[in-house]
Amino acid sequence: MNQRSILYRALLALGLILLAGVYLLPSLVSPLPGWLSFLEDKKVSLGLDLQGGTHLILSVDIDQAVRSYVDVNAEQLRRDLREEGVAGPQVRRSGDTTATVSVPEASAETLQTVLDERFPAFATSSTNTTDGRVVRELTLVAEEISRVKESAVDQSLETIRNRIDQFGVSEPVIQRQGEADILVQLPGIQDPDRAKDLIGRTAVLEFKLVRDPSGAAYSAGDQALPAGTQVLYELQKNEVGERGRGAAMLVESRTLMTGDVIVDARVRPGELPNSRIVSIDMNSRGARLFEEITGENVNRQLAIILDDTVYSAPRIQERIPGGRAIITGSFTADEARDLAIVLRTGALPAPVSIAEERTVGPTLGADSIRRGFTSFVVGGVLVLVFMAFYYRFAGVLADLALVLNVLFMVAMLAAFGATLTLPGIAGIVLTLGMAVDANVLINERIREELRLGKTARAAIEAGYDRALPAILDSNITTFLSGVILFQFGSGPIKGFAVTLCIGLVSSVFTAVVLTRLVYDYRLSRGTLKTVSI
Amino acid sequence: MIEIIPHGTIIDFLKYRRVTAIVSIVLIVLGMAFVAIRGINFGIDFAGGSLVHVRFAKETDTDAVRAAVSDSALASVDIQKLGGGGDEYLVRVPGTSDGHEDVTKQITSNLATAFGADGVEILRVESVGPRVGESLRERAILAVAFATLMMGIYIWARFEWRFGIGAGVALAHDVLLTTAALVVFGYEFDLTIVAALLSVVGYSVNDTVVISDRIRENMARDRRANMHELVNRSINETLSRTILTTGTTLFVVLALYLLGGTVINGFAFTLLVGFIVGTYSTVFIAGSVVLYFEERYPAAGRKVA
Repeated sequence: MNQRSILYRALLALGLILLAGVYLLPSLVSPLPGWLSFLEDKKVSLGLDLQGGTHLILSVDIDQAVRSYVDVNAEQLRRDLREEGVAGPQVRRSGDTTATVSVPEASAETLQTVLDERFPAFATSSTNTTDGRVVRELTLVAEEISRVKESAVDQSLETIRNRIDQFGVSEPVIQRQGEADILVQLPGIQDPDRAKDLIGRTAVLEFKLVRDPSGAAYSAGDQALPAGTQVLYELQKNEVGERGRGAAMLVESRTLMTGDVIVDARVRPGELPNSRIVSIDMNSRGARLFEEITGENVNRQLAIILDDTVYSAPRIQERIPGGRAIITGSFTADEARDLAIVLRTGALPAPVSIAEERTVGPTLGADSIRRGFTSFVVGGVLVLVFMAFYYRFAGVLADLALVLNVLFMVAMLAAFGATLTLPGIAGIVLTLGMAVDANVLINERIREELRLGKTARAAIEAGYDRALPAILDSNITTFLSGVILFQFGSGPIKGFAVTLCIGLVSSVFTAVVLTRLVYDYRLSRGTLKTVSI
Repeated sequence: MIEIIPHGTIIDFLKYRRVTAIVSIVLIVLGMAFVAIRGINFGIDFAGGSLVHVRFAKETDTDAVRAAVSDSALASVDIQKLGGGGDEYLVRVPGTSDGHEDVTKQITSNLATAFGADGVEILRVESVGPRVGESLRERAILAVAFATLMMGIYIWARFEWRFGIGAGVALAHDVLLTTAALVVFGYEFDLTIVAALLSVVGYSVNDTVVISDRIRENMARDRRANMHELVNRSINETLSRTILTTGTTLFVVLALYLLGGTVINGFAFTLLVGFIVGTYSTVFIAGSVVLYFEERYPAAGRKVA
């Protein structure tokens, strides 16, 4: 064996070990010395199943977003037509993506112009004239539908991100997934239910006038609902602080104002000791509108409604200028803070639902790490002892390869910024099994060659050469399946696939290349006359 | 030199190939019948639903937990005590089309009311909506199917088609028996179990490749040899490797099974059964399938008898 080739391979091996050590530093030493700060994010991060935390998949109701969009446009069209002097225009949403508009025959041309100029997103699917009125069926065009859906998910993502940022979670993951899903991962969170409430709350704030503060008769159905009214319920809390449905209240359906005028929301101390209120500040448009509304409705009750629940319904004492309103309620400190966050960050464009939740408490995470680590060490030590006992020098060599294998794997995980999960640990165990297999295959071959009476050098060379095809074939097939798993698998399967593929590469390298290097070195020095195997 | 299998040992494994084939077929048929009757217990990953993993401060029993959890809103609740010391239970509610978000909250608050906030610790909460469950199921099936196909193609390309069939039969054998064992012992199928089954597939193929490689090598070296004797010799030559590798891997898997804790228990069980079955099929099934096809469709110029 060529001396130079041994030197090169030895340098390569040393270089790789050194590199692995460098990549392992950030995971072991903290804080890092300044000159290594570029490695700061190259850390093996633990998956939520190991460190505890909450994993959520939120599903945005994009169809609802489209319906709301049609609603808003229908209302806008009605107002525009009236402004253009059309008498008694009627516009209403007639389906998920359709609206029906009806105007007197005389205004047909005005309708055409308004639609052409201001509502290009709607196409007319049918027109007919009955009883002197033109009725047109409008359909939202396909590109507009997908744009609305797209932006509903994007906006939801942005809003959720803002809420989580203000809630204060370190290193959250917030990503879009598929057509309408948002993946949220909150490591190490203490109160997952509270986080879920905060993230999932639609937070549509509305101001409506109260028709009758005691709406029990209407809600029970004893009395028919007057036109243009609806029944909503007050916020109530039971003795353990769970929120529930309180007394019914009859309010006017018309929304006077919504939360989109809010520029800031803050928690302030209330009048009673230990009570809190949430104050909201509006922009100038909102301030003007609020002043108008309060001025016109002095002595009436104004309901402040969040997601169809009445938080409070104070009586308007006088016209309120300045654009500031307060929301009262028996809030705990956390509730008041969360309410301020959702008001500040704005409403979600469409309701979201939780499609998947996985929460691991911090104790279980720590427990899993401890147990996973213990079993790994116990199993590993048994293997190492057995190999050394069975194959003596060759076994010790194989052990060295195994230990370096683990070192390389963790270093590569760190370098790729991969996340170590429980199935990932399983992937490591499987590759260790295959690494042991590679060493066993080589050693058994060398033994066979020795039995045929070959010299140490010839036996080692033949052993490695003959064992190689089987080692490569089995590792390549497993590697291929790992790639497929990564491509098609989800969550835990992906984590397994990553460690599997990384492990196979490093185990072939350590089991075949590194151990061979030691033999070649000893052969070249002439110190190897008999193989201890 | 320590040897597990003394050098030169020739055990006529193939002599028993009818018996082992029958044993395997009977076991698979029984296992599959059991699976058909009992049904695969899909975890919430695939079926949708909610799961709460709790630990109690004081010892309690399934009935007490059930009594605490059940109320009008939670109709069918499944309570399972977990092994491995500690008073840990799984509370599961099968998938519903809506309201699965609130189910876990309901369970935890019911438990807190019955056992006191300090008496019960919530270790893990999982909840999967039906739509997500369906997509996870689809992706898992796709992943397994493509991975298996890919391995099949590779073996077919690298070896003769007889070896491809041998690998395929051994693989199906291992997966079917492991699946049956999971059902018999009441483990539920979730994503982690699928990952474990895939490890079994990988391991099975790995084993078969090693045997096939040796048979191919012996065939190339000795073109006149009796095929029965040649396959048997190949199995014997790799026997100590098979036992050593399985043995060392089982050390690790057994440690995982015994010490790994409740979360990883199903995973470790799958590997344990799969690797043992895999070793059996390597010795008794893979080679004899190759031989079976070699006897009926001999490669050109090869004597079989």
